[in-house]
Amino acid sequence: MTYKLGTLAVAGLMAASPVMADLVFPSLSYRTGPYAAGGIPFADGYQDYFTMLNERDGGIGGEMARVIECETGYNTEKGVECYESTKGEGSLVYQPLSTGITYQLIPKTTADGIPMHTMGYGRTSAANGEVFSHTFNYPANYWNGASGAINYLLSENGGDLNGKKIALVYHNSAYGKEPIRTLEELSKKHGFELSLVPVDHPGQEQKSQWLQIRRDRPDNVIMYGWGVMNQVAVQEAANIRFPMENFIGIWWSGSENDVLAAGAAADGYKALTFHGVGDNFPVFDDIKTHVVDTGKAAGAGDQIGTVLYNRGLYAAMLAAEAVKTAQEIHGVADITPAMMRDGMEALEITEAKMADLGLPNFGPEFNVSCENHGGAGLVGMTQWDAEAKEWSLISDFSESDMEVIQPLIDEDSTAYASENNIEVGCK
Amino acid sequence: MFYREAGDFSTTYAEDQQTFPIKFDRWRYYVVLFIAIVVVPFFINDYWANSLLLPFLIYAIAAIGLNILVGYCGQVSLGTGGFMAVGAYACYKFMTGVDIWWGGELLFRLPEFNIFFSVIMGGVMTALVGVLFGLPSLRIKGFYLAVATLAAQFFLVWLFNRVSWFYNYSASGQINAPERDLLGVLITGPSTEPWATYLFCLFFTIVSAVIARNLTRGASGRKWMAIRDMDIAAEIIGVNPLRAKLTAFAVSSFFIGISGALFFAVYLGAVEVGEAFGITKSFLVLFMIIIGGLGSIFGSFAGAAFLVLLPVLLKVVGVDWLGWPTDIVAHLQLVIVGLLIIVFLIAEPHGIAQLWRVAKEKLRLWPFPH
Repeated sequence: MTYKLGTLAVAGLMAASPVMADLVFPSLSYRTGPYAAGGIPFADGYQDYFTMLNERDGGIGGEMARVIECETGYNTEKGVECYESTKGEGSLVYQPLSTGITYQLIPKTTADGIPMHTMGYGRTSAANGEVFSHTFNYPANYWNGASGAINYLLSENGGDLNGKKIALVYHNSAYGKEPIRTLEELSKKHGFELSLVPVDHPGQEQKSQWLQIRRDRPDNVIMYGWGVMNQVAVQEAANIRFPMENFIGIWWSGSENDVLAAGAAADGYKALTFHGVGDNFPVFDDIKTHVVDTGKAAGAGDQIGTVLYNRGLYAAMLAAEAVKTAQEIHGVADITPAMMRDGMEALEITEAKMADLGLPNFGPEFNVSCENHGGAGLVGMTQWDAEAKEWSLISDFSESDMEVIQPLIDEDSTAYASENNIEVGCK
Repeated sequence: MFYREAGDFSTTYAEDQQTFPIKFDRWRYYVVLFIAIVVVPFFINDYWANSLLLPFLIYAIAAIGLNILVGYCGQVSLGTGGFMAVGAYACYKFMTGVDIWWGGELLFRLPEFNIFFSVIMGGVMTALVGVLFGLPSLRIKGFYLAVATLAAQFFLVWLFNRVSWFYNYSASGQINAPERDLLGVLITGPSTEPWATYLFCLFFTIVSAVIARNLTRGASGRKWMAIRDMDIAAEIIGVNPLRAKLTAFAVSSFFIGISGALFFAVYLGAVEVGEAFGITKSFLVLFMIIIGGLGSIFGSFAGAAFLVLLPVLLKVVGVDWLGWPTDIVAHLQLVIVGLLIIVFLIAEPHGIAQLWRVAKEKLRLWPFPH
């Protein structure tokens, strides 16, 4: 039994498709399991964008893109299995869409020299590129999100939050705990009172948490949830008649799945975002022409234009742009993971670029550097209109409080570096 | 053909009572060991180690542990996930140097243990916790005990999620295994060689299996089985139920703790307690021993192999060879594994181990039918 399954699988693929050099984008997706409702649209968007590039432009810089899907079910063990079975295929960048899997893959991808992009999730302090050489979390991370929510509340309250009560309802896992430190710092700075309300996985039972909120009467609730937890929370908030416009979710608590179940009661609920919503962008015409109408759409093809589909598409767009950047830097079309990393580190997203791609004003402008893998950290705010059943952007992408966030990033990444004997610095 | 007994004479009691009394079986066992220890490390790569062999070896240890408690001593436990978590967190604390606080002041900090001893300490700590949660078994049996161990499961996960001392006050509550080596060879961390992690886990698996096998056929194992079969009668013939039950809990938890420590430190490298050691883990290990065979060491291995390797095999066949959509394959996996479990338990309620026993009997008599 010295056969290797991996090699066999590769041989099978080779037999099935003509051999060619291509750009491999593994998609560690989850279309099953407790978080599938969030995993499916993201995976569809990620795949459709690459399909469209292949169909419309013949790939990226003349090289075809190939997406390998591997089902993780949001489970860390399956995530490892997926990573190990796809890394040998020349995978350029990993996007696991799970904070748990991210924590596992940070050291592994670094050792294997493959970049990882954890867009708006994962380990926030990975924004420090001097420590986390292969992990990127541009354009915005959890702490930017927390600060963005507070900034938004500041702007609503005339710049003063003194004596206000803010509750954080969070998924009781690494992901949900991420913003706590930042919010604590911000509460010291702005004088609001922070109360913490954890919800255990999967979050179908939140009666007691919302009773507590009803008793404490916070002025605002911020939520870091994912999966079924979100819709239950929105429903419970409606049940205790909590004013929806004072309820702000992070971007993982701001998709159609989270609000549709509550119907009209969810009207006015807000969520942070770092990219555009809706399908009113020129790129969607191309997707319709080249992907949907040719029958090549991923999944059931019914997710186009939803918030999480757009996020998957945005992730794919940023990956494709990083590939272009890498191709320019190295003058090679068929790039390696190491070149991809350089491309990601030199990535620059401008309004002109996005307009060119058919995505005008789709996201914030930012650039990545070796010191800063997190981009500018600009976040916007969206609001749900239950009548029209659509999200709309109600603020510009604006700055978050890096004065508070940067020291926290430095502290956490320095601790990681000393724990793991990492040489800090830019090579 | 195989399993010929002709010419296989035992002249001492020791020979007669050995684990593999038939020469062919004994040699097969040596060959398997030889291949596992000497041949595999030369051919192993990252994929085989991290996706197949490490989880198999680690779950096999957990299954052996649970089998001692459930299969040999008859004390149903649903707390395996929680006990694995104890092993993982104990291992983490000993790896990074246990810090003892009193009244807000650091009293002292133990030096960092070598990874080998950290894993052992993971087992020892879990044994203590297991004994503690095994105490109710003296008063309650069966279904009620299952509920008590279920409480242990939820309490332990809650504890590790709640008390930040266990994860060294990290912001996210995750624990990460730092790089550690054994005699200069890296065992944990990202830069490990697959052969090193594989041999490290294999060592613990073999030692656990040998210890478990010898315990279960010795006096203590017979006491456990007596308690399992009829506790009143066992007490009458002089088995101390307190000692028998608590030793079963201790030994079983020790192995489960070791598997939890390896699971965290060597296999995954980072865990989040709710996700990695949830109630599903308890059920998974319980299914392993039910399918493998209760009260059998071989059954623990067979069950672990069945539930670790089969899903991966189905995935490779479905996605890589047939090119089906991943979600369909994932759903089919659940259906197929579920069906196999049901069919299996109808066809052979005593699990794979019993199937193997029957096959052996038939082979010994071959070519005669009776």
